[in-house]
Amino acid sequence: MNQARLMQGNEAVAEGAIYAGVRFFAGYPITPSTEIAETMAKLLPQVGGKFVQMEDEIASMGAILGASLAGQKVLDATSGPGFSLKQELIGYAACAEIPAVLVDVQRVGPSTGQPTSPSQGDVMQARWGTHGDHPVIALAPWTVREAFDATVMAVNYAERFRTPVILLMDEIVGHLRERVVLPEPGELPVYARRRPKCTRSEGYQPYTPEEDLIPNVADFGEGYRIHVTGLIHDETGFPSGSPTVTEKSIRRLHEKISRAEDEIIHYDEFFLADADYAVVTFGGVSRTAYEAVQNARRQGIKVGMVRLMTIWPFANKMIARLAKQVQGILVPELNYGQLVGEIERAAAGQCPVQLLAKYNTEIFTPAEIETAIKNLCAGGRI
Amino acid sequence: MERSFEKYFRQNRLPHLWCPGCGNGIAMKAIVMAIEKKGLSQDNTVIVSGIGCSSRASGYMDFDTLHTAHGRAIPFATGIKLARPELNVIVITGDGDCTAIGGNHFIHGARRNVDLTVVLFNNSIYGMTGGQASPMTPYGKKATTAPYGAIDRPFDACQLAIASGATYVARSTAFHVQHLTEMIAGGFDNQGFSFIEAVVQCPTAYGRKNKLPEPADMMKWMRDQAVMKPAWDKLPAEKQGEKFPIGLFYSAQYEDYTTAYDEVIERAGGDQK
Repeated sequence: MNQARLMQGNEAVAEGAIYAGVRFFAGYPITPSTEIAETMAKLLPQVGGKFVQMEDEIASMGAILGASLAGQKVLDATSGPGFSLKQELIGYAACAEIPAVLVDVQRVGPSTGQPTSPSQGDVMQARWGTHGDHPVIALAPWTVREAFDATVMAVNYAERFRTPVILLMDEIVGHLRERVVLPEPGELPVYARRRPKCTRSEGYQPYTPEEDLIPNVADFGEGYRIHVTGLIHDETGFPSGSPTVTEKSIRRLHEKISRAEDEIIHYDEFFLADADYAVVTFGGVSRTAYEAVQNARRQGIKVGMVRLMTIWPFANKMIARLAKQVQGILVPELNYGQLVGEIERAAAGQCPVQLLAKYNTEIFTPAEIETAIKNLCAGGRI
Repeated sequence: MERSFEKYFRQNRLPHLWCPGCGNGIAMKAIVMAIEKKGLSQDNTVIVSGIGCSSRASGYMDFDTLHTAHGRAIPFATGIKLARPELNVIVITGDGDCTAIGGNHFIHGARRNVDLTVVLFNNSIYGMTGGQASPMTPYGKKATTAPYGAIDRPFDACQLAIASGATYVARSTAFHVQHLTEMIAGGFDNQGFSFIEAVVQCPTAYGRKNKLPEPADMMKWMRDQAVMKPAWDKLPAEKQGEKFPIGLFYSAQYEDYTTAYDEVIERAGGDQK
């Protein structure tokens, strides 16, 4: 049995990565994510893996993609400004279908912003930060133990879907310390690297998709002599200028994720059975919201809560269902209003969607969210 | 016509997209001649390139090949080498790719002494985008973005590599094919960061703007201006003019990064794979 440990969210990410089989980390120091790099620097060589501190965030992203192509499961961690710098290579990983996990421990922006303060301002950057149409998976944990589990899940999804996965942490969870019992080996599933099913002489093509629309791209050094490029390519892996190939490639990149949405989209529902109103929340803010919802219920207000773990792809179907059930949705976010737009889109006018935004470096108090719930119930503006 | 070294090329990807008279094909051939000379296995060698004319070479070469983003070939190559140290990792880059957008990665790759062989095809210009000035466009020469002559002082990429910690640094040209091949082969022998600058002609985007419009003009320019290192060392400064030295400039023994990291794993009590 694993002993209970007092652990920080960022440390749990590093522990989760090791558990998931990550054996290569490249990074660059940036607050409030640095503990992930520090923990990986200590843990990786203990399991025969490698840590390298690169010269900048772009180089870190390049190094993990190279290591991934050479067969390793890989991780990199950063925060706002570094996340901005990595965007080009996130798109490269999406286009060339390279498994990689990037942790973004969000802080207040724009620019250097407030480096040590919590924020949820990178929701839309996680979705649309890199240029062009591309799919993305982003997960947002709300406890230290879930930071561990979500990291394992992120590595599994990166490998299974051969796509970059964003672990969208925030400073609250990153620097939170909680008592956790980590899972035993074998307790959580760990997805192994996909392998080619035929040889070069049998006509292997690295980008021919399997039935799940995902290709089994060979690792470098296995004798397949493949070509990998960020140019749009056909199933051979070589660039193609064809409109047909371009359309087909971009569509497949999206569909390989969208057809698995029901498996990828995770959320928790609380007190929804009798709810007339709902709070939809994610990340560290969910902790405050949960207390506020409980307080409101003690006062007889029929309010429920949805805590999104998967941010992207977005839980459209669930929100549409919820909007049909309740008379109003409250969205507290530590930003100027980002996920609220997505919720409004999914709710499609079936109920009012009210934003509670905060972007002054401070976290919400339960009372602030409780008051907003009461105002929502009273039909007033917040 | 008999074509040599065919097995190293992807026949179905040829002909290449380079302009008639371009020197990139000569430098690419020199790399495979060096590979043949040193007996590197095609299945155990990875070619990594950036973006630009030079970096299209990777697509024609029958190895595991990686055409990365602009300037980022060295970080990708670093990840490959650390993940699988048994692979030979060769980087093909250009003067813009390596010393402008990738400049920081270049000096830090050299500083870490990662066991890579980096071959920079220096055509003095951004060719793919049609002839803009690069950090290695010689002072006073013309480019589409320097129509009155470049006023930026150019990098000497070899000096930069030496100052940054590379453990093997050499230069040759597309005119001196055998010499270029030897310089690249020497880089394979060095266990550490090896840098070879291959001066190549770009008659289309560079030569035409600088009174060397024919490929042969540029080849003659290389023949006449390149001076072997021992002769260069005796050449008085006032006679240097447009001349430049070629040859092996620096070599040193220093522990490479993967070897150093193996010691880290040992100190941490980790299992060696």
